[in-house]
Amino acid sequence: MQPIQVVKSRFVPLPLEQVDTDQIIPARFLKATTRDGFGKNLFRDWRYENDDETKPKQDFVLNNPLYGGEILVAGKNFGCGSSREHAAWAVLDYGFKVVVSSFFADIFKNNALNNGVLPVQVSDAFLEQIFEQGPEATLTIDLAAQTITIDATGAQENFDINNYKKTCLLNGYDDIDYLLSMKEDIAAFETARG
Amino acid sequence: MGKTLVEKIWEKHVVRSIEGGPDVLYIDKHLIHEVTSPQAFAGIEKRGVPVARPQQVVATADHNVPTLNQHLPIREELSRKQVEKLTENCANHGIELYGLGHQYQGIVHVIGPELGFTQPGMTIVCGDSHTSTHGAFGAIAFGIGTSEVEMVLATQCLMQSKPKLMRINVEGSLNKGVVAKDIILYIIAQISASGATGFFVEYAGSAIRSLSMEGRMTICNMSIEMGARGGLIAPDQTTFDYVQGREFAPKGEAWNKKLADWKELYSDADAQFDEEININAADIEPMITWGTNPGLGIGINGHLPTTETLSEGEKRNLKKAMEYMGLQEGKTLKGMPVQHVFIGSCTNSRIEDLRMVADIVKGRRKNDNVKVMIVPGSQQVAAQVRAEGLDKIFEAAGFEVRQAGCSACLGMNEDKVPAGEYCVSTSNRNFEGRQGAGARTLLASPLTAAAAAITGVVTDVRELLG
Repeated sequence: MQPIQVVKSRFVPLPLEQVDTDQIIPARFLKATTRDGFGKNLFRDWRYENDDETKPKQDFVLNNPLYGGEILVAGKNFGCGSSREHAAWAVLDYGFKVVVSSFFADIFKNNALNNGVLPVQVSDAFLEQIFEQGPEATLTIDLAAQTITIDATGAQENFDINNYKKTCLLNGYDDIDYLLSMKEDIAAFETARG
Repeated sequence: MGKTLVEKIWEKHVVRSIEGGPDVLYIDKHLIHEVTSPQAFAGIEKRGVPVARPQQVVATADHNVPTLNQHLPIREELSRKQVEKLTENCANHGIELYGLGHQYQGIVHVIGPELGFTQPGMTIVCGDSHTSTHGAFGAIAFGIGTSEVEMVLATQCLMQSKPKLMRINVEGSLNKGVVAKDIILYIIAQISASGATGFFVEYAGSAIRSLSMEGRMTICNMSIEMGARGGLIAPDQTTFDYVQGREFAPKGEAWNKKLADWKELYSDADAQFDEEININAADIEPMITWGTNPGLGIGINGHLPTTETLSEGEKRNLKKAMEYMGLQEGKTLKGMPVQHVFIGSCTNSRIEDLRMVADIVKGRRKNDNVKVMIVPGSQQVAAQVRAEGLDKIFEAAGFEVRQAGCSACLGMNEDKVPAGEYCVSTSNRNFEGRQGAGARTLLASPLTAAAAAITGVVTDVRELLG
């Protein structure tokens, strides 16, 4: 997992609420047995007419050459629905390191954290301020300080993340390393409960 | 202060608490399937670690399998490879697999309970968000991502923060034609598709207690559709009667010992919940969804909302949903023609669901303009359908009875609804494209789905109940 410390970048705005994981990566792309290559199918059915890569939908933001960057900004309840981690893989593989929303679905949030994608939860008002910015605007996310800043206006908010996950992301550690180090404790727990 | 049911189970499974962080939670049972496990097996193999407790894992092939001709090799290459990969992984790591052709194969959340693999007081996970189904037995059961599947394979543990707790009490008697699916669709419509995010939900009250295990599973199954990590119901005699005698249920003296433990699984009278919601069962009508998330449901005689007074954000979302669904604000769905009816999925494909459908369609025939597909949740459900002669009723009605799998609930195999067409579905999600690109899904109970199959239009099932 790649560590995350500070991300300063332009952003892609997706001002829709309840973006579910079936939109992020439709089920028909879940047949792969590896983690690679999901980025090209990110938001597949919002991106192309009739599933045809030669016919990008011009009104969808990923097809708008004005927007780009390593940050995706979306409306509330981002990532609801299916537990498919392929959604987090698709977001990461496309090139996003941070997703900003006013609310995240639980499983997506965990999946993102487990893959080095930082979910940043902001207030509704701050989210609106971000959406008001133009395509050249940048955001700075500082994980150590737990702040997100709209660089042009200096507007800033703090975001929550639990300390354990923060340490993992700052260093690129994953949970499995930690759990594997507990092997003996786990066996002792099993013995004790009978 | 007393404890909640969730706290009682949770505390018995904490291996270690990390200060300012999650708990290391021990997992009793792990269900796996072909779609969300291959990368997890690849992960442990790359690390060079074995599956920690293979005897606590059970596998099946369900998401990606055809529902016709399951005795033949899977035609679609990627699907076939994924199912073969599961078979190979299970063989290499000593995991029990109920694959295609096995008498126990079926939807992972149908077979766990019917085999007695699911029991009260357990922690149960699966790489599937509808794992909350198993909470119906008074278990902590929740869906996980593939990295977490890898963690459980490697260590039989997960890092989890203790959830907030919500209790939803449904009191009173249910109206005629109202079943478990209507209760949960009503709850989600009340609190929205994100209303329980961050919570584990305990369902309680006389209307919940009166439900069979199948009904309770339907309720807990859709907990995730309001954002909850899990949902659960305190076990009682209905639960114990269901579990007793099943393949993996404890037997003899072991049963008596477990039963004594299970009888302690309830929220104490003075237990505190972070949130509590009270619902009057008499307020619930047969429900149907009109929109593109499960929170957008209305009573069968209700009207779509009007957007005039809503905030810009909400207006944008509802208008997008109406546009996708080809519907207009303020209108009713009743009487609207539908082209498909799908009866199946981990929400509503158990024997009781199919009996309910058979009761409505017996002696009737489907409308000529509707295609009706019934997909039993497991081989055992399918066998029961045949034993009771329900298959004859369905065939006489012009329904197509398929073989077990997730099927048109998620449109991963070839069972799809064509773009622009309407499907009354007993499944759990009405997201854009869920049942096929451009498909328009109306979620409802098996009763309401059966009624639509007979009439060809959205129907209040009470009109057919006489």
